[in-house]
Amino acid sequence: MSNCSCNSTNALVPTIGVVTDIRVDTPDVKTFRVTGVQGGLCFDYVPGQCAMLSIPGVGEAMFSITSSPTNREYMEFSIKKCGILTDWLHEIEPGQQVAIRGPYGNGFPVDTVLKGRDLLFIAGGIGLAPLRSVINYCIDNRKDYGTIDIVYGARSAEDLVHIDELKTYWNSLENVSVHLTIDNPQEGWDGHVGFVPAYVQELGFDVDRTVLVCGPPIMIKFTLASLGELGFEKSQVYTTMELKMKCGIGTCGRCNIGSKYVCKDGPVFRCDELESLPAEY
Amino acid sequence: MHNSSCTVKETARKILESGQAERLLGWEQDSSGYNHAPAVFKSAGELDRFIYDRFCGSNLSKLLARLREAEGRTAVLLKACDRESFNLLVREHRIDPEQVHRVDIECSGMVDIEKLRNKGIKGIREITESGDELHISTLYGEKRCRSEEVLLEKCLSCPAVSSADAFDAVGQMEERSSLERYEFWKEALSTCIRCNACRNSCPVCTCEQCIFDNPRSGTAGKASADFFEDQHFHLVRVFHAAGRCTDCGECTRVCPQGIPLYLLNRKVIKDINELYGELSLEDKELGKGALTSFSFQDAHPDIIRKRTGDQ
Amino acid sequence: MEHRVYSLPKKRMGELFGLISSSRQLFLPMEKGGQFQFSRVDEHTDLEGVSLDRLLTAGSAKELFFPQTQQIAAFRRRGKEIELTSAETLTSAFVAFGVRACDARSLEVLDRAFLGTPRDTMYEEKRSKGTVVTLACNEPEETCFCSVFSIDAASPKGDVETWIAGDTLYWRPGSEKGAELTQELDALLDPCSEEEPEGLIQLKQQIRSIIGKLPLGRLSLEQFRPEALQELFDDPAWQKLSEPCIGCGTCTFVCPTCQCFDIRDFDTGEGVQRFRCWDSCMYSDFTTMAHGNPRTSQVERFRQRFMHKLVYYPANHDGLYSCAGCGRCVSKCPNSMNMVKVMKTLGGAQHV
Repeated sequence: MSNCSCNSTNALVPTIGVVTDIRVDTPDVKTFRVTGVQGGLCFDYVPGQCAMLSIPGVGEAMFSITSSPTNREYMEFSIKKCGILTDWLHEIEPGQQVAIRGPYGNGFPVDTVLKGRDLLFIAGGIGLAPLRSVINYCIDNRKDYGTIDIVYGARSAEDLVHIDELKTYWNSLENVSVHLTIDNPQEGWDGHVGFVPAYVQELGFDVDRTVLVCGPPIMIKFTLASLGELGFEKSQVYTTMELKMKCGIGTCGRCNIGSKYVCKDGPVFRCDELESLPAEY
Repeated sequence: MHNSSCTVKETARKILESGQAERLLGWEQDSSGYNHAPAVFKSAGELDRFIYDRFCGSNLSKLLARLREAEGRTAVLLKACDRESFNLLVREHRIDPEQVHRVDIECSGMVDIEKLRNKGIKGIREITESGDELHISTLYGEKRCRSEEVLLEKCLSCPAVSSADAFDAVGQMEERSSLERYEFWKEALSTCIRCNACRNSCPVCTCEQCIFDNPRSGTAGKASADFFEDQHFHLVRVFHAAGRCTDCGECTRVCPQGIPLYLLNRKVIKDINELYGELSLEDKELGKGALTSFSFQDAHPDIIRKRTGDQ
Repeated sequence: MEHRVYSLPKKRMGELFGLISSSRQLFLPMEKGGQFQFSRVDEHTDLEGVSLDRLLTAGSAKELFFPQTQQIAAFRRRGKEIELTSAETLTSAFVAFGVRACDARSLEVLDRAFLGTPRDTMYEEKRSKGTVVTLACNEPEETCFCSVFSIDAASPKGDVETWIAGDTLYWRPGSEKGAELTQELDALLDPCSEEEPEGLIQLKQQIRSIIGKLPLGRLSLEQFRPEALQELFDDPAWQKLSEPCIGCGTCTFVCPTCQCFDIRDFDTGEGVQRFRCWDSCMYSDFTTMAHGNPRTSQVERFRQRFMHKLVYYPANHDGLYSCAGCGRCVSKCPNSMNMVKVMKTLGGAQHV
């Protein structure tokens, strides 16, 4: 079938991709590898951008792309089972085709603001997914960026996503430090225990870095407070938002925060910019 | 302009001043003179904006059900047509009668502004009433109109206002062939925009989540993919309301497309009355309904075949 | 470029409609079940139902450019395979006749929403194939407030602008597209000798004098500036204003500028049709996600609708408001809550 070569310029019409590999990350998160039907990327993108994935007749939803665009072979999506479409996706097997369109959103400023900077990534739970794209992008363009610190936490050890990459790949690289934490003590875990915001404060980073945060809203809120206490300005911190989306191009009208559309003007916002918007997210 | 208008306002004042209720659900005057919105009044001082006149068609019972979490008692003004839906909401535990101060008010029929417009009356500035006539001052001169000609559909079958038989129109519809009826509804429902005004204003529709909103129901169509979708929506609604619909007329009043939804509801009411007999108040209070209780005297289900066989 | 005025005896408008519909689809305001709707007219249509006297159709002209449902694509699923079987269908050239000034302005509002980057090709297709023939409002209603948004109902902007003055229809092309249509109607339209015929001048004066007397014509927009966004957002008045709101979508669906849509799949049994359909920010599921909803109550949903029209949209589009003052929400809200009450309350003049 060669129907993914649809030439329609209608931004709402997807192309067809295929799931080539599925990895179980946690009890409710799987990472799906997607390529075009003929292999390769379905479209080019920058770290932090998203794509609409759908199974016709089941649903369509926006997911952040978790792989780095330096990977030219496939895209990856880490997807938590939490709704009609994601329940369905968790049941599929490799070889399943999906409808895909994108990329959407602004992405992280990897080629401008972040260049040459020491970077601090802070993630909670599935919030690592969009940051992973940036982390791997920076690692693949290592000379363009300074030191990389990754603080990552989840409810339990089982809920940490991309654990192999965290422990054996990123942690083994020069000038890359991984700091893991889980909410409560558990058997077999000899790492740090405690919430991410507290751990950030404990680790006490110096303020000469740019910070990228993603996780549940409550975690982001307290992390921003912790960073504030460490002396970070909100203008040094970037985060990525998630609201309900349908079109992805700023026309369907549902993902706005004030006059900004998360699908188009976001999902990445600098925290001082975000703060100037009405608190409706 | 209603004789009772001042009396109602006075009653409202007394209730709020005496503390018989924390708040009163009534209508707030609009500068247009007719577009009055339902409103909650929390003190006698706020009653300056209170109005009760010929343009207070909305049924406050549904809004009252939404206030059930509010602290303290709520006073509500009920026109004759609204009382039945109030009773239904009490029976269905959507309203706690202990928390409500109920005030039955007189009504001599509410005006349908659309009907005025359909008479070619434009640019309405002020409407006053004199005897059985409305005097309408417009941007294009003074107009007159007999008030009974422009009453809301629901008023036309209200015993307090009219002597007409509510089921006349249903009877006329029954006279038509099934093909004619199909064509009639196909045309009427083709204009449905699925705005949900009928459902959201219906006192019977108090489900926490309607099946037409539930993405897991398989029926959550927001718009018609085809004609069947609109039929489906309205027929499901009518049958869900069967035995519960109090013919308050809100669905017809609020429909922006003027679809005669009352015909569907009244057809079901008429059938239920014929097949099961009108329910006594006592039965109703016991929670009995045509579709929620059973007796061997009930119509046999083959009535459907017999009826369709007739045509 | 200034175009000249043409005229046609009013009684020959039937011929005009016949000629237009011989080469293009023609939509006119017609009565349907007691309401007025833009309806397709062809040689079989009884023109008795055409109503150019009634000011507004129940739904707006936006339906012709942004229909309530529109197919995006069709799929077939076989095992693990998904086949994209078709995409959107093309539109034939059409004419919308009798569009009022407010609805015409609304198309400008929709243009900015849909024709940005990337362009909405479905809307673009309809817009490029449609010719808008406006009609001046001889008898504005008390619910009208288009003049608040600097819209001139006496001279409604469109591809062609028309007036019915007594027994005469005046016709003036307003764009290249309108000039093209005018050429096609050469056999019927009579070029006027004057730049602006006396009858037309008088009618315009008459309309403007009525507009000056409209009760809602002096609403203030002063308060609704992007700088006041946070202040307006935090205004406690939203609570009271939203009290009567029952969360239906009537205001949004009859509104000529409301643009929100949903994307849905419909399984026909033989395949899946993906379509978009109007959606409403008044609905609770509009922003509901698997893990929560940023707008949990009707107060927030209600606020969103009006903030979008009066603050968010103008902030993004050079101060253009996403309201044309057509007054449909004023006459159609089941509980008489509307844009005017919001503007009066937040504009500082409580309950004028």
